[in-house]
Amino acid sequence: MNIEYLVQSTGYILQGCSVTIKLFFLTLLFSMPLGFLGAMAKTSRVKTLHIIMEFYTSIVRGTPLLLQIFFVYYGLPLIIPGLRFDRFNAAALTFILNYGAYFTEIFRGGIQSIEKGQYEASKVLGMSYQQTMLRIILPQTIKRVLPPVANESITLVKDTALVVVLGIGDILRNSKEIVARDFTISPFVIAALIYLLMNYVVVIFFKNLEKRYAVYE
Amino acid sequence: MNNQHMIEVDGLRKAFGDLEVLKGIDLVVDRGDIISVIGPSGSGKSTLLRSLIHLEKAEHGTILIEGAPILEERGNKLTHISETEIRKRCKKLGMVFQGFNLYPHKTALENIIEAPTVVAKVPKAEAIKNGEELLQKVGLSDKRDTYPCFLSGGQKQRVAIARALAMNPDILLFDEPTSALDPELIGEVLQVIKELAAEHMTMIIVTHEMTFAKEVSDRVIFMDEGKILEEAHPDKLFNDPDHPRIKTFLDKML
Repeated sequence: MNIEYLVQSTGYILQGCSVTIKLFFLTLLFSMPLGFLGAMAKTSRVKTLHIIMEFYTSIVRGTPLLLQIFFVYYGLPLIIPGLRFDRFNAAALTFILNYGAYFTEIFRGGIQSIEKGQYEASKVLGMSYQQTMLRIILPQTIKRVLPPVANESITLVKDTALVVVLGIGDILRNSKEIVARDFTISPFVIAALIYLLMNYVVVIFFKNLEKRYAVYE
Repeated sequence: MNNQHMIEVDGLRKAFGDLEVLKGIDLVVDRGDIISVIGPSGSGKSTLLRSLIHLEKAEHGTILIEGAPILEERGNKLTHISETEIRKRCKKLGMVFQGFNLYPHKTALENIIEAPTVVAKVPKAEAIKNGEELLQKVGLSDKRDTYPCFLSGGQKQRVAIARALAMNPDILLFDEPTSALDPELIGEVLQVIKELAAEHMTMIIVTHEMTFAKEVSDRVIFMDEGKILEEAHPDKLFNDPDHPRIKTFLDKML
């Protein structure tokens, strides 16, 4: 095994990075606001919203992500003819809905962990519900949910590898191709190192963020 | 309308489930009144205070804040008053809590200027100037940019008082302001309240500090089991209460 071979394999595997990274950011970009809305719905006073959100989070969190990917890509077109996504879009949609459910629960827990006294103080100072949420409750919630959100983000980096099942050329798929072609496991090691590196960046990012929020408490 | 009462409470009743906490309270507060509310735990003192500022919604009775109702009963039915209207009328009141309830993510000054800038729309520079003056008043100018977690309990409560004052309330409600404090920190908070008393700030203070209540208030209310047992000048209530129940209580406290 020579250096040139390793460089070549790494190059090919890295090409899969773009899919992985794109899926990662796309998922976070949409699932976080989705989770935010979900949490607002779950903490609102409208009972119907609670029921809808409860249905959503229990279905999504109670079934395997892999099954959900199959369902969106293979199942949906059978149920609703014409509703067909290309492979990447199907994967992205599934990830967004899946992570949205987890973020809903994380944000809900964060919002509900804020002491009742914060609402009461805001109320007697004359603040509206919106002002209280935006200026008092949510900023404190962000600090509290950072550790679980970091956890989810790390999991997401690794979960992206599931798109292999739809034959999307991500990091894992590209390394698998080389493994199958050359009968060597070094591509898997390279892939593992790339995932590790990506998660290292994620961890550093959240550590810094947590440090910034550590000025109080 | 110079003869208008600051607060007028009539037949106030409030229950939590089956438990009736307020069993018909009548109360009149006039400008400059300093009223202490004492009594055993569970007697409804805090609930009365919280009902005045609408943190609890009572089921029966009438509450007028400077003549405007926030609770009104007509023919056994409560009249509907919108939340916005209630909030507007309650702005005449400020409240200080037992547990401070400062905003942990904001510094002392930010805690104080939050409501003035956001609710009262005071320009920021002006709010900061007022805020600094209030900090000076409670003796915490050097803690201007300190987060609550770095303040002692007594300092937190003084910031909380400054925060309540920043909205220029006509009446301040204190809900056991020193009950969560270490004994050696109680004095500094009571001192601030005494200074407000000297300025004739209208105040209702729920407290377990008997000596303080005796010293600072014009009237003391003794509550027991959801009722006002006696309302009198401190000299009268502490030295010669009408009710034997009050005497027993005071003997235990002093």
